[in-house]
Amino acid sequence: MTSEKMKISIRDLHKSFGSNHVLRGVGLDVADGQSLVVIGGSGSGKSVLLKCVLGLIKPDNGAIEIDGANIARQTGGDRRLIADLSGMLFQGGALFDSLKVWENVAFRLVYAEKKPRKLARDKAIDCLAQVGLAPEVGDLSPAELSGGMQKRVGLARAIAADPEILFFDEPTTGLDPIMADVINNLIVDRVKALGATTISITHDMASARKIADEIAMLYQGRIIWRGKPDAIENSGNPMVDQFVHGRAEGPIQMQVRREFAKKK
Amino acid sequence: MNVVAATGRLTLDATREIGRIANFAARGGTAWFVGPFYWRAFWDALARIGYASLPVVGLTAIFTGAALALNIYEGSLFNVEAFLPQILGVSIVRELGPVLAALMVAGRCSSAMAAEIGTMRVTEQIDALSTLSVDPFKYLIAPRIIATTIALPLLVLVADLIGVYGGYLVAVYALGFEPTLYVTNLVDFLNSEDVTSGLIKATVFGFLISVMGCYYGYTSRGGAGGVGSATRTAVVAAAVSVLASNYLMTSLLVDI
Repeated sequence: MTSEKMKISIRDLHKSFGSNHVLRGVGLDVADGQSLVVIGGSGSGKSVLLKCVLGLIKPDNGAIEIDGANIARQTGGDRRLIADLSGMLFQGGALFDSLKVWENVAFRLVYAEKKPRKLARDKAIDCLAQVGLAPEVGDLSPAELSGGMQKRVGLARAIAADPEILFFDEPTTGLDPIMADVINNLIVDRVKALGATTISITHDMASARKIADEIAMLYQGRIIWRGKPDAIENSGNPMVDQFVHGRAEGPIQMQVRREFAKKK
Repeated sequence: MNVVAATGRLTLDATREIGRIANFAARGGTAWFVGPFYWRAFWDALARIGYASLPVVGLTAIFTGAALALNIYEGSLFNVEAFLPQILGVSIVRELGPVLAALMVAGRCSSAMAAEIGTMRVTEQIDALSTLSVDPFKYLIAPRIIATTIALPLLVLVADLIGVYGGYLVAVYALGFEPTLYVTNLVDFLNSEDVTSGLIKATVFGFLISVMGCYYGYTSRGGAGGVGSATRTAVVAAAVSVLASNYLMTSLLVDI
């Protein structure tokens, strides 16, 4: 532990779904203003970890402290603490398809903060401009946007209420490399402008290197390595090494290979 | 032995599911007791469920009324001019109006609610609502439940009028009844309790239909297949709950 003020502290977090023990004692500290990227393979528990922090899934055990207050056991109205403080960019955008783009961006302002629609619309158009989208985009429906534009709208929605904490769930998944880099740049730029604390989950190493102050690797429900992005190449951990270099051979055995081996 | 175990398991599963639905209904039905109230979502739901269901409910009622008039005429042995409007009026107002309107709304709106909310669930839009500090029960569920519970009695009132008018058209123009006599016999025989019992039923039906649509949508899982399955189950559950509760309420209301 450092003497830095911790914005988010996760201690000994456990979560199971039936016999599937997804999180097996995750511990993470994220300092105020720090950008932490959690990497890990598909099914390693990254999304479950993020949903536990967001209060969308209740952990079985452990503590999640935001500014020192444990929110792991909170329900209903109390859970709004984390929602009020944070913004989230979902993997698929999760834009409300029954609303126009500007209404999506201004959603929290209109429905949670009860701001006048005119004021909220102006703020939404400003947020769209911050992510490089023209004001006319605001009047389109989300279905009329490309994948990259939907991510940008999702980012605009996440930052619209000037949150203290930002969460990014696979921010570059499904995008071409150039658009992925555009999104990464926007994330770095906006996070810096807001001074927000962020937790991102991804398996895109280019994205992780770009947006992280620190990278942590989740494997089989535990954090197995944590360090600076430039240290990941020489982590000394064979599992991290295999993941970073995307090798099929190594200590991390894919499920399909184990099943195949059993049959043999 | 296996049959006994399977029956026991089925009973436990059914009881658990009914418990979950009751819990969901209580949470959804009471979500608006404390603000915030999302009036825009409510008016939108009221327009889609109430106003937009008028044509289908009206068409069902007019053809049912017309067919019923022919059946009653065919089956009557004497004094048909008096009996036809009376039997038709009571049948439409107490039974057919509420049940047929409810089944039409169940088919039209319960499926739409399950599909819409189910799609929002599998595309993480419901999670997004929570992260934007908006309670999905207040924004999505409560407006739909309240709008359907209010809209269905109003639709049934319209269905009653149109159904009786359908019978009137057949009686007067096809069977040669005296129009004034038809109306007099109808109005003299029907009492306020007939109409009230139909409207009480409609209120309960509206609540049940919306709860089924919202519940199966909200709990759907697993992409397009899950949403399709939720939609199917919602319509069946809504229709069965309408028919079962109709019997229960009729057995209670016939003594009024």
